Amino acid sequence: MATRKLSYREAINEALRQEMERDPSVIVMGEDNAGGAGAPGEDDAWGGVLGVTKGLYERFPGRVLDTPITESAFIGAAIGAATRGMRPVAELMFIDFAGVCLDQIMNQAAKFRYMFGGKAVTPVVIRTMYGAGLRAAAQHSQGLYPVFTHLPGLKVVLPSSPYEAKGLLIQSIRDDDPVIFCEHKAMYDMTGDVPEESYTIPFGEANVVREGDDVTIVAMGRMVSLAEQAAVELESSGVSAEVIDPRTASPLDLDTILESVEKTGRLVVVDEASPRCNLATDISAQVVSEAFGDLRAPIKMVSPPHVPVPFAQPLEDLYIPSVQDIVNSAKTVTEWSQ
Amino acid sequence: MTQTLSSLGADAPDASGLNETQLLDVYRTMRSIRAFEDRVHEEFATGDIPGFVHLYAGEEASATGVCAHLDPDRDTIASTHRGHGHCIAKGVDIKPMMAEIFGRRTGSCRGKGGSMHIADLSKGMLGANGIVGGGPPLICGTALAAKLKGDGGVGVAFFGDGASNQGTTLEAMNLASVWNLPAIFVAENNGYAEATSSTWSVAADNIADRAAGFGMPGAIVDGFDFFAVYEAAGEAIKRARQGGGPTLLEVKFIRYYGHFEGDQQKYRGPNEVANARENLDCLKRFRLRVVESGRLTDAQLDEVDSQVTAFIDEAVAEAKAAPLPTPEDLLTDVYVKY
Repeated sequence: MATRKLSYREAINEALRQEMERDPSVIVMGEDNAGGAGAPGEDDAWGGVLGVTKGLYERFPGRVLDTPITESAFIGAAIGAATRGMRPVAELMFIDFAGVCLDQIMNQAAKFRYMFGGKAVTPVVIRTMYGAGLRAAAQHSQGLYPVFTHLPGLKVVLPSSPYEAKGLLIQSIRDDDPVIFCEHKAMYDMTGDVPEESYTIPFGEANVVREGDDVTIVAMGRMVSLAEQAAVELESSGVSAEVIDPRTASPLDLDTILESVEKTGRLVVVDEASPRCNLATDISAQVVSEAFGDLRAPIKMVSPPHVPVPFAQPLEDLYIPSVQDIVNSAKTVTEWSQ
Repeated sequence: MTQTLSSLGADAPDASGLNETQLLDVYRTMRSIRAFEDRVHEEFATGDIPGFVHLYAGEEASATGVCAHLDPDRDTIASTHRGHGHCIAKGVDIKPMMAEIFGRRTGSCRGKGGSMHIADLSKGMLGANGIVGGGPPLICGTALAAKLKGDGGVGVAFFGDGASNQGTTLEAMNLASVWNLPAIFVAENNGYAEATSSTWSVAADNIADRAAGFGMPGAIVDGFDFFAVYEAAGEAIKRARQGGGPTLLEVKFIRYYGHFEGDQQKYRGPNEVANARENLDCLKRFRLRVVESGRLTDAQLDEVDSQVTAFIDEAVAEAKAAPLPTPEDLLTDVYVKY
């Protein structure tokens, strides 16, 4: 496949465009996904608050819907339309806004297929922006994906690069279950090789980003690139780290993690979400439960402190897990002796 | 002024234009709902029905009067926790409904939903809903799907006086107007949200008055009168099908049973239900109207009554004899591997 450099933003936009071209039932909706509705100036004035949906409005007339700021109504509308043969991609601008529409996601979309005895499909994608690092403070910076991972019936996707973003979004749109597609707001300008053609990346299949023998580092979303940097540093200290990106928090490819831990005997789990009941605690607990005998050291979890995301630069920088935090944890487990 | 059947019956207008067969169908639907609910009331008292059950008796004219205008294929409804009547009126098969309420494998949802979640997407019935205000946003979506497909379909959100105060309902009405959706919002004001009077909880004289705030027509309808509901709904649905946008109908009546089965109903007035059953009842009133005007005979209606009674007897017997779900059913109709 021919590849070229695209940003994370462009990769997502291309995935939407290619799926909208392929399938007329794919529609896009959200606050200012075009921008300028009812206003005297230009149409498609924004293309999404960070420009992710830019250009789709003109290319696909009638299929990119601006909404009032009314998350319950339009997330619910996307879910309702999904039960009627559409494949809506709704943009929940910030994952923090789940607070004003969670019922539609948690009690409606997530439940339909099971609660109705398998007689409903709800192929809706909720694209949403998560994560700290842009000084957006406590109500626009959270990593709430563990909340959605907790809920049966939802699938939760955390793309870690432009390549991953395109393939996973196309897969999300084609999946018949509701998908929470979590885009890290500090990654939109990250560039990487992305094939021009349409392609999918299956859910529940972890990516072994880097092979190693001494310690397994599991990381998702933006934390994957930090884990890779940590692995490079560790190599210079003589520690061989294997980096695993599960790609999807639900379903989770535990087998790949267990196979790696069987080889390395040591595990560090990096998670940008608040530390209680997050993916790090979940993965750690499962590894202890399934592979206690393989572990040669305690598992280390690298997560933020249990505080809201702070605003001021020194505080937010301290809040976010760092490459150094990962290196230190990896060294702790590789140097562990009873 | 106290209304009585004799004062309401013969001189009320009837522009329904329904023929003999249609009138008999309407009566059969209303009678089926009543018989179904009365029987569930009896069976619940024996302890054979698990969980929470909310009965629709007294409100039959609303579901029947609205759904008489709807097609199974292109039109959708969303319902409430008090959903049995909406299901029956929208054509959901009654025997699987009864089996579902008994938690049987042969139920509408294979025993996984229960009374509050009976659904049949193939009939355009998007589910009873355990969340007050859960349905209206979904109906924005089904109405949007109909609008995009151009099939002339409409979405109807039934909700109660309680849900009329939920943000989801208000947001959905606003969005439906903004998007000019073929949606009808049917506020079934049965006087009580749980044990709280709507005269206290609704901070307006009428729920219908709120329509103006969302730029749509609103109307108050006598919910004990099938013909009044049929007429008002017909006008709203016709307007929606023709691209005229949403309508809010407030259907006023009272429910004959408590909020849930087991409710002692100490909050109600002394003769409230007895008076309604005696003087306002929709089935009695329908009979009076069609018999006095010579369009149907008592004998025809009596025959429907006995057919319905026999059918509900069968439904209960078959439900009780039906198998319970098997352990394997626990893990189907949802992805489980995490």
